[in-house]
Amino acid sequence: MTTLLGWLAALSLAAGAVMGFGVAPREVTQGNVQRIMYLHVPTAWVAYLAFGVVLVASIAYLARRRPGADRVAHASAEVGVVFTGLTIAAGSIWGKPTWGTWWTWDARLTSVAILFVMYLGYLLLRGMIDDHERAARYCAVLGIVAALDVPLVHFSVYWWRTLHQPPSVLKPGAATMPPAILAALLVNLVAFTLLYVYFVAKRVRLLRAESEALA
Amino acid sequence: MKPKFLVGGAVILVALGYMIWAGVTQSAVYFVTPSELTAAPVAGKAYRLGGLVTPGSLKWEPRSLDLAFTMSDGRATVPVRHKGAAPDLFGEGRGAVVEGQWTADGYFKASLIMAKHSEEYKAPHDTKESQSKTLLKTLEDPKR
Repeated sequence: MTTLLGWLAALSLAAGAVMGFGVAPREVTQGNVQRIMYLHVPTAWVAYLAFGVVLVASIAYLARRRPGADRVAHASAEVGVVFTGLTIAAGSIWGKPTWGTWWTWDARLTSVAILFVMYLGYLLLRGMIDDHERAARYCAVLGIVAALDVPLVHFSVYWWRTLHQPPSVLKPGAATMPPAILAALLVNLVAFTLLYVYFVAKRVRLLRAESEALA
Repeated sequence: MKPKFLVGGAVILVALGYMIWAGVTQSAVYFVTPSELTAAPVAGKAYRLGGLVTPGSLKWEPRSLDLAFTMSDGRATVPVRHKGAAPDLFGEGRGAVVEGQWTADGYFKASLIMAKHSEEYKAPHDTKESQSKTLLKTLEDPKR
């Protein structure tokens, strides 16, 4: 099942690359640089999704105290941190040629930096506490609190003046891009979502094997 | 769960939430608009100024690297000078955010020029020309 998921993710990532580099047209204003969007937007979406899953799994853990929920939260937080890092890196590389700067402290970038640091702290906290049950409990609380930053990240571009532009797809109303660009973006969104599910499934299995070996 | 843990947890939650909020709100006034700057300009003070580059105002001296243009929000206009090249997306009728200071000589001395781009993407042969309109919209303060 997981293997099938892995192959599906690999295939759709390949399809996404073909769409992004080959099928999608060269954007008029930005030129080829705009193609970074096919990486930046899906990784940002996966970060939202991952921390949303941390939120749900953490609430479930606090309510029922099942180790399975804790493992899902743990795995999802790890994948979320990696994808938040990728989002920041890809955004930086996109920002330099278009905006003229790698980084600026506007509300969007600042709130993402806070999100990244909070979940790094979450992983640190997990590593610091030896007692497994206690680590799970503390991390569930931190995971819930930190997830509150996700809507702040998303709506920051509406609530405050920013250099970062508002979303083109994840918003009410039609996407502000031609169908060819949107199609390439959607394929990549699906591909990275599959990759996320694959990573989390693998990591959860590993965590379960670990705790069984220790028990 | 004991009530003291619930109360303690709630206090920590509110404090953390406030810290996040305060942290982001500090960078909330990320840039001032030309009308805000001209309303109360302070010479020597560092600002970030955001607006549209007025069409027809851009002057570029490739030899001396002198860049001059005016920035506008539809109500007020601010003259800006800069030494150095601007990013590729910078241009007349487009949004920009510049860092620098207001000078006593009545112009904005920019040290960094950033181009703002809209959330609209176009394929070739796509002739919808509303970019400057959407950019002007992004300049409006949502709280006012």
